[in-house]
Amino acid sequence: MNISAIVKLVVKNLLARKGRSLLTILGIVIGVAGVIIIISLGAGAQSLILGQVTKLGSNLLFIEPTKNIESGAPVPGLIISTLVNNDVDALRSPSRVPHAAAVNAAVNGLASVTWGSKSIDTSFTGTDSYYSQVTNFTMQSGQFFNSQEDQGAANVVVLGSAVSEQLFGDSGVNPIGQVIKVKSSIQAKAGGIPLRVIGVIASRGSSFFQNQDDMIFLPLTLGQEQILGIHYLQGVYIKVDAAENIDQTIADVNLVLRQQHRIQNDVNIDFAVRNQADAVKILSTITDALKLFLIAMAAISLVVGGIGILNIMMVTVGERTREIGLRKAVGATNGVIRNQFLLEASMLTGLGGVIGIIAGVIISYLISLLMRQLGYEWAFVISWVSVVLAVGVSILTGIVFGLLPAFKAAKLDPIEALRYE
Amino acid sequence: MNLINVKNLKKDYGSDDLITSVLHDLSFKIEKGEFVAIMGPSGSGKSTLMHILSFLDRPTAGLYEFEGRNTEGFTDAYLAELRNERIGFVFQSFNLLPRTSVLDNVKLPLLYSKKKNHDALAKKALDSVGLSHRLNYYTNQISGGEKQRVALARALVCDPAVIFADEPTGNLDSKSGNTVMYILQQLNDQGRTVILVTHETDTANHAKRILRIRDGNLVSDELVKKRTIATPDQDLIK
Repeated sequence: MNISAIVKLVVKNLLARKGRSLLTILGIVIGVAGVIIIISLGAGAQSLILGQVTKLGSNLLFIEPTKNIESGAPVPGLIISTLVNNDVDALRSPSRVPHAAAVNAAVNGLASVTWGSKSIDTSFTGTDSYYSQVTNFTMQSGQFFNSQEDQGAANVVVLGSAVSEQLFGDSGVNPIGQVIKVKSSIQAKAGGIPLRVIGVIASRGSSFFQNQDDMIFLPLTLGQEQILGIHYLQGVYIKVDAAENIDQTIADVNLVLRQQHRIQNDVNIDFAVRNQADAVKILSTITDALKLFLIAMAAISLVVGGIGILNIMMVTVGERTREIGLRKAVGATNGVIRNQFLLEASMLTGLGGVIGIIAGVIISYLISLLMRQLGYEWAFVISWVSVVLAVGVSILTGIVFGLLPAFKAAKLDPIEALRYE
Repeated sequence: MNLINVKNLKKDYGSDDLITSVLHDLSFKIEKGEFVAIMGPSGSGKSTLMHILSFLDRPTAGLYEFEGRNTEGFTDAYLAELRNERIGFVFQSFNLLPRTSVLDNVKLPLLYSKKKNHDALAKKALDSVGLSHRLNYYTNQISGGEKQRVALARALVCDPAVIFADEPTGNLDSKSGNTVMYILQQLNDQGRTVILVTHETDTANHAKRILRIRDGNLVSDELVKKRTIATPDQDLIK
């Protein structure tokens, strides 16, 4: 018996029971769609992270204050005040950290911003004029504050495009030159500090789960002293002049800060130097673990789907006992009968795989649209490997779970089968 | 050369502890072109004998030569090939495929054969049983008599050496049964060997020779003296 005749026969049998066939493969459809979506989202997330790394600028080091190791893991809400403005001055010394192209210090917080009768809540970054050297952005209008304004704690502010839109969008007023009142959200004090808007940053989307357009930027000492009322820093960024000097610079920074903080013993280290590669590595580890977990879930779904196939194929063999007996009587060998049922099972699951891929691609695409709507630079990626893998695995599922019913059919005694009522 | 030569044929069922002997020591020969009825009451072993003769089952002991060859060493796959090429089956309950056209039912054995031109062969077979006008009907749209004629066409389509008909008229009214017997006699007249299994004397009398089986033994083997000749049905006269 030739292959095309078997295929025709199997297709006819499957079409004769359309409803049941579709219900049978539902588990496979869900499993395969799951695999496609997970792999697509994983690739999307990876491209997002990589995109943000390049957006932040390359060769960037980040120094954050930590509790020293001896006192254990940092407690949420704990204030760590070990990194101070003097440290930044030391890091800026060309003789001590020769490869630092720019050193930028920052504090962050939540702020209420008021213009006229309009009031919105947003986040703010107190930073210095070196911000523009460690981060890639363009001005929509006006300019970023310069070092005089920064050091003099001038009453100036630069708005993210979303904040500017929310405050001034309706009125059509040019934000440059307007005075807004800014106060920390956690301070009950009414009013706030009046600040003059000197620039608006062009939209640059989200980065590391923070929408950079929904932010305002003001001089570091203003943010520290007048808004937050603190004298320490929450982070220092260092732009290294070239990639090959990153390791050297990390060593230099460690040395400078240990001297500044008078640390003799490693257990007392109260800062951490991270570079972007590390950050990407950590994020990748997390997304990889998550991916693995979700793929395991999808695999379980495939197994459950396979058991569904097994179940329905057993029923089918039972229902078609007489037909199997007849086929054997007129010359079908056990092998031909076995192949017919194996092909039927694998065609069912293969079809489930194809439908699953289509569903998975559509859902992945919709998710990518949604993520872009939310302001992330999300790439819609479908890997061919995942498609081939999904179809392969689903057909394999059909063969594995179709084996038992197929052998049951092949072993039927034709005499018994013909008598079967 | 005999078509079928059976010597000391035995068939037992069951395992060591409990053996049920169904056929004891049967011996007979069937020539090519014969029309033989195997008769016996139910439980006599006539169906078991037919299953062995038609390669659906194997004897426990004894010799079975088919077309001059001892069948003992034949593999299952070869027996399937013999059933396909040398044997045609007609069953009491028709055993047609549901939700399938008359033409496709007749083509079924061709699916497992090396023959080509399936449509032409199936149409020719259907023509010989007077069903050319029912090609595209589904099996649930035709009468019982027509169903059995489809089964006859299916039995014929691979041009077999012998046709086994197991109570072919058992589920039919007398008129349809008569038509089926007429076709079987015609096929025999054309030189084809027919082996009929039945418990009805009236049906058996359509054959030329009757083998009577009782309790697994051959009790008589005689020629039919007053043979019944079936009259053709109106729609078969061409």
